[in-house]
Amino acid sequence: MNRIDRLFTEKKERILSIYMTAGYPGLEDTVPVIKALQESGADMIELGMPFSDPLADGEVIQQSSHAALVNGMNISLLFEQIAGVRQEVHLPIVLMGYLNPVLQFGFENFTKKCREVGIDGLILPDLPLKIYEEAYRKTVEEAGLKFIMLITPQTSEERIRKIAGASGGFLYMVADSSTTGARAGIKDTQLEYFARIEKMKLGIPRLIGFGISNSETFHLVCKHASGAIIGSAFLKALGKENGKATGEKVKNFVRSILD
Amino acid sequence: MKNNNSYKVDSNGFYGPYGGAFIPEMLYPNIRELEEQYMEIIYSDAFQEEYRGLLKDFVGRPTPLYHAKRLSAHFHANIFLKREDLNHTGAHKINNTVGQIILARHLGKHRIIAETGAGQHGVATATVCALAGLECIVYMGALDVERQAPNVRKMQMLGAEVRPVQSGNKTLKDATNEAIRDWINNPVDTHYIIGSVVGPHPYPDMVTRFQSVISEEMKSQLQEKTGRDYPDYLLACVGGGSNAAGAYYHYMDDLRVKLVSVEAAGLGVESGQSAATTTLGRDGIIHGSRTLLMQDADGQITEPYSISAGLDYPGVGPIHAWLNRSGRAEVVNVTDQQALEAAFLLTRLEGIIPALETAHALAALEQLDLKEDHNVVINLSGRGDKDMDAYSAHLPGEKKKFTTD
Ligand SMILES: Cc1ncc(COP(=O)(O)O)c(C=O)c1O
Repeated sequence: MNRIDRLFTEKKERILSIYMTAGYPGLEDTVPVIKALQESGADMIELGMPFSDPLADGEVIQQSSHAALVNGMNISLLFEQIAGVRQEVHLPIVLMGYLNPVLQFGFENFTKKCREVGIDGLILPDLPLKIYEEAYRKTVEEAGLKFIMLITPQTSEERIRKIAGASGGFLYMVADSSTTGARAGIKDTQLEYFARIEKMKLGIPRLIGFGISNSETFHLVCKHASGAIIGSAFLKALGKENGKATGEKVKNFVRSILD
Repeated sequence: MKNNNSYKVDSNGFYGPYGGAFIPEMLYPNIRELEEQYMEIIYSDAFQEEYRGLLKDFVGRPTPLYHAKRLSAHFHANIFLKREDLNHTGAHKINNTVGQIILARHLGKHRIIAETGAGQHGVATATVCALAGLECIVYMGALDVERQAPNVRKMQMLGAEVRPVQSGNKTLKDATNEAIRDWINNPVDTHYIIGSVVGPHPYPDMVTRFQSVISEEMKSQLQEKTGRDYPDYLLACVGGGSNAAGAYYHYMDDLRVKLVSVEAAGLGVESGQSAATTTLGRDGIIHGSRTLLMQDADGQITEPYSISAGLDYPGVGPIHAWLNRSGRAEVVNVTDQQALEAAFLLTRLEGIIPALETAHALAALEQLDLKEDHNVVINLSGRGDKDMDAYSAHLPGEKKKFTTD
């Protein structure tokens, strides 16, 4: 069974998925951070593949992507790092990134490598639904990967149903009309949106991400979905310094969210 | 308008393999709204009446087609200049912003955002926002804020807020990223006036249509001046490619017309310091469009360079990727130095100071095999006021030399 499916079968609430940028803060930090996340009780890992022009991302992820590229991170290296650690890590790992580097790697080649090293899912926000279905869905599914799609507060009900039908593993609910990044609190309009989607009975688990930054917002959004995704706040907690006490910082952060 | 043009966008938003809308879901409702409505709105009688009226009385169209006699004698051919530099605000950019501001009002948007490189599109956007009484925010790379200071002051005087962008190379690509992020964060009340034939469908097609007034006028003007409504050569500089797309539009299927697209080679195509996108680019995705893109082996977008802020873009509009790859348009590369020399040549022969972007198109004349009876049209996309610092630094007779590779 795909590790994402297993997670959602075994755990129905308060799932914590952490986004991290591969190769950040140091090139060799990817693996220790993944291990520390597992040890600290995170449920799933979203590994960001850095891109030069991350136009759906706020400042924190922009900066981590830039730093990771300067560190020398690329897709081939990332596959090597994951292959090296996969036996010790049982958490689902999802790769998240922009389409262009994947196309240059070669889409089929990419999905084949994903399968080889034990990747469970993909999030490619700038690969739109229609083109995914026409040109890529078959390749993704043949490699046993879940293709996770996004909805936002602006997505129409009709389109939400379409996306939920095509999405694999879980549905990624973007919490607000925004780029990634932490902000203060959760607004009432967001809670209404969460409740509206909950009532649609989509038949696919939902995680809420973008702007979730602390224990309070995590537990609040968990009332309306199986769990949440935290990115920018985690990267901030890691700090910019290469290799230093990363394990400790990871544990403290995860504890601060779950407690 | 007729729809029998094979180089036009198809019903899925593609030009051959190029174009499309590779956008995150956050932008989908905005792009979808535009896609569903733009054709109906811009060809409605009410829109056309207002658009045509403003082009005439506010922008100052039609722009002249000027027979440049001394330039013609210099190159031994009949050279005509399509004077987009004489438009209000000094470039072709305003043809598009006038159209988009009327569209924004039809869509009920009251906050306008734009990106700008040379500042011409920023000024043209700030101008129409003042005209329409709408809030205006312009994203501009911090480097461009420095090198095009007069345009920054104009935008501010017009009431726009200019936000310097510090990411990446601090030029046009980064300003565009930031404008797109703004739109993601303000999806309901905001219209993004993109400044060239780039970005996700329907922008490339919509901007092309707004700029197509250039070739529409050119046809009747050539008929009157030469007895034929088409030229042998049609030249334009290509940054994103909007002035070129507008100049080509009504000639794309007329194979008697040789289309010549001029790109900025910076310090030289092979120097690692250029913006020669079509020559150096491979298929890729930038700002929601599949096109030719300057990128490294890992698919990271590389930083372009040109002396001209308006040509400093690592991609090119999908229509141009297709015109080039299908063999319809020829691409010529022009270096910083060749462009500077061409700007001085035009100034001394015709008394017209061109924009640095436009100077690239002029420099391409050196590379064509011209004959005495050839009719050549150059789209004179803009005037050089904004570039006076760069020009003064290279005034012939001064000690300062042109940059060379
Ligand atoms: C005068 C002038 N010409 C040309 C360009 C390049 O843009 P495009 O290729 O879209 O015409 C610019 C851009 O700023 C410009 O200001």
